[in-house]
Amino acid sequence: MALDLRVPIGLLFGLLGLLLAGYGLVSDPGIYQKSLGINVNAWWGVVMLAFGLGMLGLAWRAGRRGGDGT
Amino acid sequence: MQLHPIDYTIIALYFVFVLGIGVALKRFVKTGLDFFLSGRSLATWITALAFISANLGAQEVIGMAASGAKYGILTSHFYWVGAIPAMVFVGVFMMPFYYGSRARSVPEYLRLRFDEKTRGVNAISFAVMTLFSSGISMYAMGLLFQKFLGWDINYSIIIAALVVLAYTFLGGLTSSIYNEVVQFFLIVFGFLPLSVLGLKAVGWWPGLQAKLAETSAASGFAPGVMTESWKHLGTASANPMGVEWFGMAMGLGFVLSFGYWCTDFLVVQRAMAAKSMNAARRTPIVAAIPKMFFPFLVILPGMVALALFGQAGLGLTEAGKTDYNMALPLLMQKLYPPGLLGLGLTALLASFMSGMAGNVTAFNTVWTYDIYQTYIRPGADDAHYLWMGRMATIFGTVLSIATAYVAMMFNNIMDLLQLVFSFINAPLFATFLLGMFWARATPNGAFWGLLSGTGAAALHYGLTGVTGGRAVWLHVYPSDMAQNFWGAIAAWTACFVVTIVVSLFTRPRLPEELKGLVYSLTPRVTEPGLAWYRRPAALGVVVLVVAVLLNLYFR
Repeated sequence: MALDLRVPIGLLFGLLGLLLAGYGLVSDPGIYQKSLGINVNAWWGVVMLAFGLGMLGLAWRAGRRGGDGT
Repeated sequence: MQLHPIDYTIIALYFVFVLGIGVALKRFVKTGLDFFLSGRSLATWITALAFISANLGAQEVIGMAASGAKYGILTSHFYWVGAIPAMVFVGVFMMPFYYGSRARSVPEYLRLRFDEKTRGVNAISFAVMTLFSSGISMYAMGLLFQKFLGWDINYSIIIAALVVLAYTFLGGLTSSIYNEVVQFFLIVFGFLPLSVLGLKAVGWWPGLQAKLAETSAASGFAPGVMTESWKHLGTASANPMGVEWFGMAMGLGFVLSFGYWCTDFLVVQRAMAAKSMNAARRTPIVAAIPKMFFPFLVILPGMVALALFGQAGLGLTEAGKTDYNMALPLLMQKLYPPGLLGLGLTALLASFMSGMAGNVTAFNTVWTYDIYQTYIRPGADDAHYLWMGRMATIFGTVLSIATAYVAMMFNNIMDLLQLVFSFINAPLFATFLLGMFWARATPNGAFWGLLSGTGAAALHYGLTGVTGGRAVWLHVYPSDMAQNFWGAIAAWTACFVVTIVVSLFTRPRLPEELKGLVYSLTPRVTEPGLAWYRRPAALGVVVLVVAVLLNLYFR
């Protein structure tokens, strides 16, 4: 297969992470009473962004080696 | 329950990607094998995650959380006694015959090993079963979004079905598998914060134990019944599931779980799409590694929900019983702020869609190869069957929508599924066990064994009942679960015995015809020079040891 699955996964989670972390920075802190006072959007967004970048990194490395990742 | 723009944005982003993958893969689908088996070219990690994800439908996510709230940690037996050993078994012992025989489906293996009529029975019952599973998945989703978000149930069902239809129609099995992997990660990212926040809210594990001890005592059980998985299995009356250890280990562990994970084409198809024999064998075993930890993701939130809300707080179904299916959504509503809520809902949507797509792709393969090509139009060219597969995707989806409306008549999704599985899957595992490991098992033996097994399950269901249910003749079980487990045991035993007896009186197939299909007539797969984690058996042992440790820790 010529589509490395790590690319769409990396893109999706990178974007979701950015979206969530960005929202976590600008949102009203009052909404985090629900999540026991933790800004879960910011923290979890960063984790997802890191995961997405990691996936893209793996895909990039595989592409340089000439493998198609599948 | 109000959604914010950020939540809708997250859901929309997901839909864009799901459809985008289908569109991107369309140009790679050129032959029937591409469409139905991904050209047998996928890497192990992809097929392994799809292997779990295809099963991560409504029954897994909502049903497991519901069972967590209803039965507590006893639900973990579905994993640590049921799924894990079965997944190791199918990888180590059965995959060599599935993959090695080059059969394109599980029913096709039955034709190679036995005969046409055995395949026919299996293909038709499987096709019906997948449509039911798919319908249940959609119904659960529609109901949930109706209760939770006020979305119209008909719209939810039809829109989700159309999206699944679009990407499976375009990219076939690869599209389904790729999306299942995306869905796997979404489910993990969407539910993990719920478990962690939930545990924090109840005071971690000791706090959960203390809170659930109160609710258990209130319903007349020992205080630890919800948080100890083995201690209360001495007698059926000592736990809310109404099952004792033998019914649990044999019914759920051996018969139902092995029946499902080892013979259900929905999951086996994912392994068949792997790029090599070694990758196919490792698929279920690698899948078992994350699978072992799924109880923390799907059962734990149900237990936390019970601790936080109590039975009364879960609300009632239309039938006036506690609505355990609301455990997970209610917890999400309580703990997730806007943003994360969108992610959680996306994970729920993803789980429903992956369950449904898995069923649809398994259905279109069995329909096309095992029913259409065999009975309706043999001998056409590959392009015709590829076209038929796409058509089957469409009418499979339409029929699933119809079964979704049938499913509205039942309350607990999990119990209904177990019922369906106990009629069809339970005897099947006996057939495969004898077929793969006893060369003397004959086509007629297998055929009559299968029919007797399904018959025995139906008879058992007709003759026994559940406390508080309809009038019965033979025996009354304390719960639906117990009835299903014992029904499965009856079905398996009937199939096993009848297959052996009939085989001894009928003509077996010639040994030359059975090469690659039966253990004793197939050369062993040897893997010299591979690292231990690339050898299925070694990896399997490691997985089993961890599963035993989990059982011991939460005993």
